[in-house]
Amino acid sequence: MIRISPKRNLAELTGDRLARQLSLTRRDFLRDAAGLAMGSTVLGTAPYLLGQAPVRKKRKVVVVTFGGGARDQETFAPEGQENIPHLLSELAPQSSFYTHMMNQGILGHYVATASLATGVYETLNNFSVTPPEHPTVFEYFRKDLKRPASNTWVVAPSNGFNRIGESNSRLYGPGMGAGVILPKHLLKAATAGGGSDYGHLLRDNYETLVDAAPAGGSEVELEQLDRILKLSVDDFMAHARTVSSPDELSMYIVKRLMKEESPDLLWVTMHDIDVAHSGAYSLYVDAIRRTDRLCADLWRTIQSDPGYAGNTTLFVLPDFGRDSDTDAGGNGFQHHRTGGAASRTTWMMALGAGVREGTVYDRPVQSIDLVPTIGAIMGFSAKLSQGRPLSELT
Amino acid sequence: MLPADLTAEEFAKYPPQARKLAVAHLAVLRELPLSFVPGLLRQLIEYDFMFPAERASLDKELAVLSALPVAEIGEWFHDFSQVRLTPANERLDWVGQPAQFTEQFSAYLWSTHQMDLFRSAATGYSERIREAAPPDAPATPRLGIAVIGQGVASSDVKLFRKLREHGTYFSQIDPDRGLERLLAVAAERAQAHPAAYAHWYVDGGKAASYSPELTCVSYEALTPAREWLLKDIEHEVQKPGMGPEELHSHLAKISPGELGMTGNGLGDDLLGRFQIKLLTEGSGTQIFSTTFAQWTAREVLRRAEALTLLVRFAPRQRERPMSELLSARAASTELDPAGSLIDADMGAYYQWINQQRLAESKRSSFVAWFEGHNQAVAIGPSLPRGAESSSRMDLTALVRLAAG
Repeated sequence: MIRISPKRNLAELTGDRLARQLSLTRRDFLRDAAGLAMGSTVLGTAPYLLGQAPVRKKRKVVVVTFGGGARDQETFAPEGQENIPHLLSELAPQSSFYTHMMNQGILGHYVATASLATGVYETLNNFSVTPPEHPTVFEYFRKDLKRPASNTWVVAPSNGFNRIGESNSRLYGPGMGAGVILPKHLLKAATAGGGSDYGHLLRDNYETLVDAAPAGGSEVELEQLDRILKLSVDDFMAHARTVSSPDELSMYIVKRLMKEESPDLLWVTMHDIDVAHSGAYSLYVDAIRRTDRLCADLWRTIQSDPGYAGNTTLFVLPDFGRDSDTDAGGNGFQHHRTGGAASRTTWMMALGAGVREGTVYDRPVQSIDLVPTIGAIMGFSAKLSQGRPLSELT
Repeated sequence: MLPADLTAEEFAKYPPQARKLAVAHLAVLRELPLSFVPGLLRQLIEYDFMFPAERASLDKELAVLSALPVAEIGEWFHDFSQVRLTPANERLDWVGQPAQFTEQFSAYLWSTHQMDLFRSAATGYSERIREAAPPDAPATPRLGIAVIGQGVASSDVKLFRKLREHGTYFSQIDPDRGLERLLAVAAERAQAHPAAYAHWYVDGGKAASYSPELTCVSYEALTPAREWLLKDIEHEVQKPGMGPEELHSHLAKISPGELGMTGNGLGDDLLGRFQIKLLTEGSGTQIFSTTFAQWTAREVLRRAEALTLLVRFAPRQRERPMSELLSARAASTELDPAGSLIDADMGAYYQWINQQRLAESKRSSFVAWFEGHNQAVAIGPSLPRGAESSSRMDLTALVRLAAG
């Protein structure tokens, strides 16, 4: 619905003001709740210049995106803090926190994730099985640093994400991207097609009842289980029966990848929060709580793994926000269709190597700044990205 | 084709009243930009199936536009004219299938990074129309009632958190015959201010006994239609080439007859079409009763501009965890009263927000009650905000207090 009915109340703040207010609310809350310092009050130099010992081990980066934004009132606003105890009390104090991240692109999960991964606002059809048009961070990483395919992986829940690892850019081309593991594909392959009782678990997303893409060949999926994750079908299914959601299964896969392949660049897309599209508020909040717990679990895993501890930078960010309660064009938390400030404004947290702990930055940054920032950290050039490296992290 | 090329023949396939209205306003339609007109036609083509309030609103809007001098039309629609269009946009059947056009046009706006521009233009237009043709005052101040928590014996959840700041929280409400009392208040209002589709009762489960003067929609009554629809969707999505847009187009063509909604007590054709749209246009309404109740309340207020709306939320089915779905245990449909209470608490807040979007909102009143319990919140012109009260009263008295 793109026509705004004249009878609707337009009391909402204008876009820029609302985005700014969201940012300030996050900053104030973080300062009060987690004791974080304002970045603007500290010298605007990179952390390494402040006397930290340079990291000697090979640098690693792990990115966690939330497919399905979580709004402030369910997270960083006072009434939402009960939903994110781990992000607030464990991760935020150790992080550089960007309170004002804008997504100026298309607010669909696949296309937004593709934009995050390329550093360009992609315009592909959100529901099609299409590779990104511009080179991905994985291709920059592998080509510039001459890394093998096993050194970078994507774990994503949805069938539609199976082309996210590699663009169709002629400058990079086939075979230069990341391996993509789709736990739902693994599940379908391991159950030989699955039963109708859990068919909706295998569904692509909550926005539409139609899958973007059929699952790939089961032989390939089962080969991934055996050769890469060193898991038998029985072991995989035994574990799948103990988890409560697809994101928990994704996190299990991530840990197996870290153990077996120890990739230097690892990208995880969570998706449970997107259950909000079903309109059940309690399920949306439950998913936020689960994602909060899984992020903390991943951070602890990184810190306890000798291959990752001390040399890894973790980025956590929603791909975008969700609609405001007061935006007459939407239906509150359920969707992200209005293009209003609340749906475009989100945050990003960076932890670990090269990060000034406990610092808040409230200047506006863009979600496409992530790729060039990772490039600056790892030593490759994201030539075609339209974002800018975040100077505080590089 | 561009709007300037429009002729009366283009509307030949519109329903009779919509066709008549379009032809009557053909002159102004020709003056408007293509980025705007299909959105207007998307509403207009539904004219024959609109509630009275919707018709009145569209009539007013078209009268304002038709009365504008040409120079002012240029000023009013300057921002819409800045939206870049392509010959491909012009070739689409935006007159015959305005809904499909606006779906595709929306995707085009996103992909060309023009959604913010369009949103700004639409917002500016809304403000102008609202100023030029203010909505009519309601025949009586509106009353909204939300009944939440059916089937919940006790709960530690702090309810009505978002509503409390706008009204008074009551902790000693007498729950005796609560729903019956609230339905009686709704029926009294319907008798005092009779008007078609002005007084509504929405039930997320099985409807209780209600006055025939109320327009009723219930989740249970739509069970056969929902089941038919889910089977149809399951069948359609298996077809090669089926995508979200194709499915949406398919669902838009389903008639009340196909869903068994005619001649079975589910209301007239207008109400039948309204209910179909609830199930085909609302995400999650086919699956979760709490979502159905919330979305129905939104649409009743947005479209029918109800004077009275009582919404009773019922427990939705429980979402089963992955571990359970993968186990060999037999599937059974269980309810989730505790989760549904949280859903409904938010749904009640959204009901109030949507009521406040309508005319004379400062005179309206709203009551949300935890069914079977002592807790309620009341919002009204004379009630203090952010206050708490331990006064003892029944729900009839509470509604009257809220109305002032």
